[in-house]
Amino acid sequence: MAPFEQVVARHGATVLRVCRAVVGPVDAEDAWSETFLAALRAYPELDEGANTEAWLVTIAHRKAIDLYRAGTRRAVPTDEVPEHGVLDRDPTAHDPVYAALRTLPDKQRLAVAYHHLGGLSHREVAQILGGTEAAARRASADGVKNLRTRLEAS
Amino acid sequence: MSELFPDGDEARTLARLHERLARAADRDALLDVGYRLVDSPVGPLLLAATEAGLVRVAFDGEVREDEVLQELAEQVGARVLAAPRRLDRAAAELEEYFAGRRRRFDVALDLRLARGFRRAVVEHLADIGYGRTASYSEVASLAGSPRAVRAVGTACALNPLPVVLPCHRVVRADGSLGQYAGGPERKRALLDLEQH
Repeated sequence: MAPFEQVVARHGATVLRVCRAVVGPVDAEDAWSETFLAALRAYPELDEGANTEAWLVTIAHRKAIDLYRAGTRRAVPTDEVPEHGVLDRDPTAHDPVYAALRTLPDKQRLAVAYHHLGGLSHREVAQILGGTEAAARRASADGVKNLRTRLEAS
Repeated sequence: MSELFPDGDEARTLARLHERLARAADRDALLDVGYRLVDSPVGPLLLAATEAGLVRVAFDGEVREDEVLQELAEQVGARVLAAPRRLDRAAAELEEYFAGRRRRFDVALDLRLARGFRRAVVEHLADIGYGRTASYSEVASLAGSPRAVRAVGTACALNPLPVVLPCHRVVRADGSLGQYAGGPERKRALLDLEQH
């Protein structure tokens, strides 16, 4: 089994992008931290042949739901990004694509994030979101189409 | 969708998140092994520790960093993470040693990577005082098997904690240097350091 450090090195950036797309810039770092802490805890039980990235995105999905439920805090408009405690600029905070992504209906937003940012297959996306592979594929395609429309309109 | 992949300050953000993860992992006692790299006069050293203590010291170039981490993952546990704070004490003692201000190490050790006779050998290495040397057969006697001279050579070559457990002080009976896992130049450099 690979040392966990390698898992962080290989997938840390991808999970951060997914977190930013799914919970927004304010909660993204908390979601990333909770995802990797939970992954570290469960790592010894992960099957050798498992798709590590899909496993991490699945955990990130659960952590995002937890954060969403816990809070009252939700994906905020991009002009309300707090500066306190954030040492580095979140390049997605004022990125028009991420801003448009966050306005998509949940299912489309998550399907686009997990497929295009997380690199999951439509089948793996379906396992996370429920529903069929075809529905996950459609949600992702609709999401991209809506994204284009919104970006062209803006 | 290349516009969905901005890079920006991502490397720094990830470094900070990694640090936060290492702190939380330490707090929750989730790490099998924490490690860090330190500089030294004999080149970069990888230091690794379990909850019990320092478990591995490796010379850069002796084996590749990812090979050392892979070995630790297999032999100790896969939850291996760069966690510099866990190595603060060991790093400070090594710095004092290389500055000539420390003659023996007090940091807690975890000897699980040396088993059986190899363990008996490395446990006796610290009996050879700072600045002195002993022959392979003298160490064999110290470890309780006077005739196991060759096995002492193997145990020294596989010492998981070089420098801290001073296998560099074990030399041939004729006074010549003998082998060293970190290479003969490092062995000479460590012995020279201890003459000052």
